[in-house]
Amino acid sequence: MSDGRPFLEVKDLQIHFPTDDGLVRSVDGLSFSVERGRTLGIVGESGSGKSVTSLGIMGLYHKRNSQMSGEIWLDGHELVSAGSETVRGQRGRKMAMIFQDPLSSMHPYYTVGSQIVEAYRVHNKVSKQVARKHAIDLLDRVGIPQAARRVDDYPHQFSGGMRQRAMIAMALSCDPELLIADEPTTALDVTVQAQILDLMRDLQREFNSALIIITHDLGVVAELAEEILVMYAGRAVEQGPAVTIFEQPEHPYTWGLLGSMPRLDQAVTDRLLPIPGSPPSLINPPSGCAFHPRCTFEPRTAGLGRTVMPELTGAAGSTHLVRCHLPADERQRIWAQEVKPKMEAQ
Amino acid sequence: MIRKSKVLVAGTAAMALMLSAACGGGGEEGDTGGSSATKAEFNAANDKVFNPSDKKGGIIKLANAGDWDTLDPGETYYGYSWNFLRLYGRALLMPKPVPGPEGLELVPDLAEGLGVPSDDGKTWTYKIRPGVKYEDGTVIKSADVKHAVLRSTDKETFPNGPAYFEQFLNLPEGYKGPYKSKGVNTDSAITTPDDTTIVFHLKVPFGGFDQMAALSQTVPVPEAKDTGANYKQHVISSGPYMFDQNNLGKNFTLKRNPNWDPATDANRKALPDGYDVQLNVNADDIDNRLLSGDLDVDVVGTGVQPAALGRVVGDPNLKAQADNPVLPRLWYTSINPTVPPLDNIECRKAIEYAADRTGYQTAYGGPLAGGDIATTLLPPMIPGYQKFDLYPAGADNTGDVAKAKEALTACGQPNGFETNIAYRAERPKEKATAESLQQSLARVGIKLTLKPYPQGDYFSQYAGNPPFVVANKLGLATNGWGADWNDGFGFLSQIVDSRVIRETGGSSNTSVRIPEVDNMLDAAVAEIDQAKRDAMWAPIDRRVMEEAVILPGVYAKSLIIRPKRLSNVFVSQSYNMYDYLSMGVA
Amino acid sequence: MITYIIRRLFAAVVLLFIVSAATFSIFYLIPRLVGGTPETLATRYVGRAATAETVTLIAEKLGFYDPFWIQYANWVKGIFVGAEYDYGAGVESCPAPCFGYSFITRQPVWPDLLDRVPVTLSLAIGASILWLAFGLTTGVVSALRRGSFLDRAAMTFSLAGVSLPIFFTGMIALLVFSYKLNLTAPGGTYTPFFESPSQWAYALLLPWIVLALQFSAQYARLTRAGMLETMSEDYIRTARAKGLKDRDVNLKHGLRSALTPILTIFGLDFGLLLGGAVLTEQVFSLPGLGKYAVDAITTNDLPKVLGVTLMAATFVVVANLIVDLLYAVVDPRVRVG
Repeated sequence: MSDGRPFLEVKDLQIHFPTDDGLVRSVDGLSFSVERGRTLGIVGESGSGKSVTSLGIMGLYHKRNSQMSGEIWLDGHELVSAGSETVRGQRGRKMAMIFQDPLSSMHPYYTVGSQIVEAYRVHNKVSKQVARKHAIDLLDRVGIPQAARRVDDYPHQFSGGMRQRAMIAMALSCDPELLIADEPTTALDVTVQAQILDLMRDLQREFNSALIIITHDLGVVAELAEEILVMYAGRAVEQGPAVTIFEQPEHPYTWGLLGSMPRLDQAVTDRLLPIPGSPPSLINPPSGCAFHPRCTFEPRTAGLGRTVMPELTGAAGSTHLVRCHLPADERQRIWAQEVKPKMEAQ
Repeated sequence: MIRKSKVLVAGTAAMALMLSAACGGGGEEGDTGGSSATKAEFNAANDKVFNPSDKKGGIIKLANAGDWDTLDPGETYYGYSWNFLRLYGRALLMPKPVPGPEGLELVPDLAEGLGVPSDDGKTWTYKIRPGVKYEDGTVIKSADVKHAVLRSTDKETFPNGPAYFEQFLNLPEGYKGPYKSKGVNTDSAITTPDDTTIVFHLKVPFGGFDQMAALSQTVPVPEAKDTGANYKQHVISSGPYMFDQNNLGKNFTLKRNPNWDPATDANRKALPDGYDVQLNVNADDIDNRLLSGDLDVDVVGTGVQPAALGRVVGDPNLKAQADNPVLPRLWYTSINPTVPPLDNIECRKAIEYAADRTGYQTAYGGPLAGGDIATTLLPPMIPGYQKFDLYPAGADNTGDVAKAKEALTACGQPNGFETNIAYRAERPKEKATAESLQQSLARVGIKLTLKPYPQGDYFSQYAGNPPFVVANKLGLATNGWGADWNDGFGFLSQIVDSRVIRETGGSSNTSVRIPEVDNMLDAAVAEIDQAKRDAMWAPIDRRVMEEAVILPGVYAKSLIIRPKRLSNVFVSQSYNMYDYLSMGVA
Repeated sequence: MITYIIRRLFAAVVLLFIVSAATFSIFYLIPRLVGGTPETLATRYVGRAATAETVTLIAEKLGFYDPFWIQYANWVKGIFVGAEYDYGAGVESCPAPCFGYSFITRQPVWPDLLDRVPVTLSLAIGASILWLAFGLTTGVVSALRRGSFLDRAAMTFSLAGVSLPIFFTGMIALLVFSYKLNLTAPGGTYTPFFESPSQWAYALLLPWIVLALQFSAQYARLTRAGMLETMSEDYIRTARAKGLKDRDVNLKHGLRSALTPILTIFGLDFGLLLGGAVLTEQVFSLPGLGKYAVDAITTNDLPKVLGVTLMAATFVVVANLIVDLLYAVVDPRVRVG
């Protein structure tokens, strides 16, 4: 089926929402791709458009109250222009999603098992008994003890970690080839976080699926992702191989995120390189570089930052792309001489 | 002793209606009846027969907005019920079933003739018509009538019924009716020398006893079938119809009584095959169904609801389908001489003069829905009525301010005074009356404060309770009265006789305490000659008015919807609604 | 769960006792406190022509001279063992459960009530089916097509439905459909179901519609609000992410949750209606409990008023109980132990 395209390719994706106050440009020209068996981490603050991107790919926005353009190619099929019924057919089967808060994301009135059974039977014409057997197997696979018994429990009878495992089981019910996890561990405590991340890594290897992890937490991404995309105000500000991003980050915003990474040996509030200010309005984004009002290095752009939107570019042949007015060598110098030493001094 | 009027109140108590040009003459519209012989026009059945016919068959459909007070002839106390009861019961006498004033005359029914008085009116003898039978074929005897009358005096069993018989009959001391005083000799009150003769013995002479003999309480009740309070569940018929189904509180039907012999009955045509009566039907719904022809008669007969009244008055076609009979009812205001300064007759006269008569009439809905302006106690339809007006209210009937001020000066209150006016809170028309009087009396400096009281206890605790009246300075109290039967006694006795006033409250007479009037009443009651007796009421009326203790307001009228598909429809002047005995299905 | 039910049943009985005592006090104690005497109370049961002796006689017969608590105790006793009234001409009996005895119609109140329950029940069931069907559909469609012409039309219509009183809509409907067009039955033509189901339905059709109109408006608004709320829940997003068809998402996941609060309100509404759809029964002359209550009040027939009040209270209490129990069935989170 493949015609040489990556398994998932997103090209110039725009997702806008008309509101009474104006057009909200949540995602404004985003491009990336993920292959089977690979993991992409999308990182950004809340409001940066990362969740909107994932829901957009899943086709969960109604045409009535949103505007979507660009292209989303999933295994050779374009989804933006496809009919909603076509996209629905892909959902759950070809692509599945794991949500942030498993308690509110599961229906309180139905048993965990029946919700998995439902997900399975939408796309597979099997009897309820077969589906139930499948659900128990899945629960067992994601590490629910006594799955055959717990399958009839309601979500509120599960602990937080078990609920997230159940969510994962539900997402995996139809062996999806693309799995999107939106803040999969945010609502969980730290020890459980690690277990869930391990589980996801194992499962991804087992199913050889493409995985997109959406998070504000670079620590999570560091565990799983091979590629990283840093989003700010609906656009990518830096993307590239995870190793590069962690070793040689070039965008001031990425530096900020790295500086904000929680560490076990450090209080969360005590941050080395805080990002001053708050996320920008998506209705009236700042002129020029959307990050310039919060950028410590904006004065070094000779005013360009305030007037011109920088391009997402990189060295020829490199997969490391950065959206910044500072020259590449200057960025590398600042990182190496000004930022990194401070972080390490910590 | 009144025709209880809760239903009437519900029927008439409502907003004043705009009755302007529409109230002129009767409608001159086309014949709505199609094949009917009589032209359907306003008041077409008021003093003549509408659609005369002898055609038999069909079922007449009636509805009652409330429950029937009771079907027991010994206790029922509504005019409509007495009217209807003649279908299944035969009293000794009955009002003549004809239109016009002749309908006030009494004619024999179960009796062969009118009562024969003796002993100066203390003894009255009636001969029972031979061969009249109950629905089971048993022959009716005089003892059955005696039993019927005696049982009605048991006020523990029948607390709601009229109390004339125990008041006038010479019953043994402590007699409690045939159930509890079993075996007590009652020959001092009623004797039955033979099966066709019944003799009533009174304590005092009563010239108008024939009116009592026409009460439904003389409808015979066979002692063997008398179940006391439960008799209403199956009344044994002596008339042309008998009960078929009877679901108390819901509906009942009448069918022909095979043992009724037309040869014994000169009054009844018995045209339809039966009657179908629904109870507790929404009053507005009744009006709509009457106008659409789905229903024949609003059995209570007190007039349409305000909603339908507006439609009928405003639409000539509907108005042609209505009649506007006068009622033996007076709306008035009591002027209490027990409340200073109204103890001075001149102050009372000031109120009589200052009152706006037109305003009073408007408060009751104007000439069509309310009635005519009253200047006397007796309504014009009562035999013996004389027209007079002691306190002329000026050319436009809005009150004579100059005369009122003269009277106030004579009273020693030249700048007026303050007092209160009581009215029944649930009755918008009485409230409107009080407000109208408040305005018109203010012109001469008399300040009225409005005092509404609940109508359930209006007479027992408030306006009819003499100590309360004095303590709360209720100088004026709106009031109303309807006669049990249409003669001077029936109309006057309960509202001008000072002896009916009880210190514990409960009397309709709240203001008339004139010993001379009490004597005049006694003399009139004892008079056997009807013509002479009738002539004695007007002087009583005038004497009360001279004392200025009653301010007459309106001689009431009602607006009733004429059945579309019935024959022989006419208004009975005795019941002041359609005569239910004569109707047939056209 | 069983102990929970028993505890609730017990509480319900206690509540009914309190209601009965309060109601009894309103009609028999308060008039005494504001200056009424046994005689003035008794005047309600005699004609205006009654003499003072008659009034005393009746007051005595009705036990108005007894202390208040004895009157109440006698009344309660009647419920369990019945009561008897001696009229001289045979004893009138009011067999248990004697919820009062009308001295105006001379009938026990209980058989009257039983007689009228089917009418009210017929009215309530038929109307509630209509209003649930119509109200829920309208509400769901409005919520899903929020802001559309259909939504606005439905909400305007439902505002009208809520605002227009039944004595207005009922009268107009009767006038137009029954008297002008002859499509529906005129008022006062109720026929029991077991006598003639078709006549029964024919007579009730218009009352059903008119009553349902009022309620469906309210339910449409409730459903719409509830749907709007639940449709923004995370689990709805999950359901869609699973690839469920819109219909399944809306009904199985959305409506199911939105229905829970509606169930509560429905239980109360239905209980209240069983106590008597006063206006509807009055307008259409249906011989149900509501009409019975109105007639009893207009004739000042206190035992009837008391009986029907208690009956209505019982329905509300029972409906409440059932709703609470049903709630546990519907929402697994509130299940006790």
